[in-house]
Amino acid sequence: MSKVNQNYPKPKLVPVPSTNIIPDRDIGQRPILECRHLGIDFGGLSAVADFNMAIGRTEIAGLIGPNGAGKTTVFNLLTKVYQPTRGTILLDGHDTHDMDTAHVNRAGIARTFQNIRLFEKMSVLDNVLVGLHNEMNNGMFSSVLRLPRHWIQEKRARQKALELLSIFDMQDMADHQAGSLPYGAQRRLEIVRALATNPKLLLLDEPAAGMNPSETAELMENIRKIRDTFQIAIMLIEHDMNLVMGVCEGICVLNFGKIIAKGTPEDIQGNPAVIEAYLGKKKED
Amino acid sequence: MLAFLNHVINGISLGSVYAIIALGYTMVYGIAKMLNFAHGDVIMVGAYICFFAVASYGLHPILGVLLAMLVCTILGMVIERLAYKPLRQAPSLAVLITAIGMSYFLQNSAQLMWGTNQKMFPAIFGKTPFSFGGITISVTTVVTIIACVVIMLALTWFTGNTKMGKAMRACSEDKAAAQLMGINVNTTISITFAIGSALAAVAGVLLCSAYPNLVPTTGSMPGIKAFTAAVFGGIGSIPGALLGGVLLGVIEIMAKAYISTQLSDAIVFAVLIIVLLVKPTGLLGKKIREKV
Repeated sequence: MSKVNQNYPKPKLVPVPSTNIIPDRDIGQRPILECRHLGIDFGGLSAVADFNMAIGRTEIAGLIGPNGAGKTTVFNLLTKVYQPTRGTILLDGHDTHDMDTAHVNRAGIARTFQNIRLFEKMSVLDNVLVGLHNEMNNGMFSSVLRLPRHWIQEKRARQKALELLSIFDMQDMADHQAGSLPYGAQRRLEIVRALATNPKLLLLDEPAAGMNPSETAELMENIRKIRDTFQIAIMLIEHDMNLVMGVCEGICVLNFGKIIAKGTPEDIQGNPAVIEAYLGKKKED
Repeated sequence: MLAFLNHVINGISLGSVYAIIALGYTMVYGIAKMLNFAHGDVIMVGAYICFFAVASYGLHPILGVLLAMLVCTILGMVIERLAYKPLRQAPSLAVLITAIGMSYFLQNSAQLMWGTNQKMFPAIFGKTPFSFGGITISVTTVVTIIACVVIMLALTWFTGNTKMGKAMRACSEDKAAAQLMGINVNTTISITFAIGSALAAVAGVLLCSAYPNLVPTTGSMPGIKAFTAAVFGGIGSIPGALLGGVLLGVIEIMAKAYISTQLSDAIVFAVLIIVLLVKPTGLLGKKIREKV
């Protein structure tokens, strides 16, 4: 009788042809995220194919592309909302193949959503406290019995939540209901909630959607501030080219699920393939 | 007038039992988005466990109640794990049918194990009633109302202030987002079932203390009524379960006292239909906003 291998076939790790732009300061360290030949099919349609990229530990990376290019799908793959059909995701060197969404979050990826998905009926503070969930490791017993450890942890969590809110000057809104906040504040709260899970990589899905130019400028400042304060990597999907070109160090352009260009903002701006993807082919005459 | 007051108190007491059961329905619905029709039969199991502990093994009633809670907690978690968890991605109709099947499974297992003979539930809270100014209230009535208030306060505090409570509220609003915040949705659902089933055990003991006939189908009618109470108050809402339960209890007792004993159930369900016609989300129901 032949021996049946019960284990999942481990995906083969093939060296990625490196055209990634990792900032100088992160070179020599293990990238926080590496995708190797990542792909997913929906039915017969290949939504993302052969997606290779690496992100430096403190890099701000951009993922851009026309509508329907598969950008959000990539985020859903990274957070394991979708299971990849092919390829490997290495988070800080660890294969996330066997992890579920909650596990990936605890391992260090946090995200925000294209359409805001706060816990609207909970207070601003509680939204952040839910994010701090992993940090608070007091069990049911200690919290139901109100052991001293519970009070200490609860107080520490509250303090940390308020500190995080203060990054965006939102500490005064702590008791407001999240759903009642103005749009811009809800977007900021979503970032704070994601930060509360203590990520190594923060994924922002269209953080500037619906913002005016001055709000966008403020957001750019905040993205840099978050990177500098927490020393984490940030990857963002965005249609606002001013923001992308202004804040990202490495950019990856996706079209029809495939990477068509990678490089620094300067490289991307002059890349004919990118211009074609966005504006169409120049008519030959 | 005195008779009326007595009816009100009895109604509140019966309503408190409905409210405690309704909590189980409403919490599970709020978090797992499913109707656990086997909930009523968990009540019956709880009552049987307490019955055997007290009547056959001579345990102290408090120990009997705690034992019933423990058994029901485990039973609830096992039911969730074996019957509902594999259907997490299945259409809600499949889950509903499974829940109804589970309900009959529990009833028939109880018949097999404990027989169909009616058991007389012992008066575990004593027999001497309180009386002041012409009103007599049994100890069971008082205990029931107090238990309901305590449970309600404790649950409100639990969902508002503990880490698990916050996880529950987060899951009830948006499971996917909760997962992305590192919350284990399966654990949260499992604990919800555990709490709901422990409450069902308490409700079973209280119900059988007031109406001491214990048979394997004891749980089904109160289960349906508590479900009605949960819908009446607005399913998914904890205060709604309290309000719905108490109102339903009072309406039932009043209907029995002043209109007709036979028609009381018909009246109860008629009120439900009218409320749902006027306010489809129940008295305290959340407005459901669908993304289109």
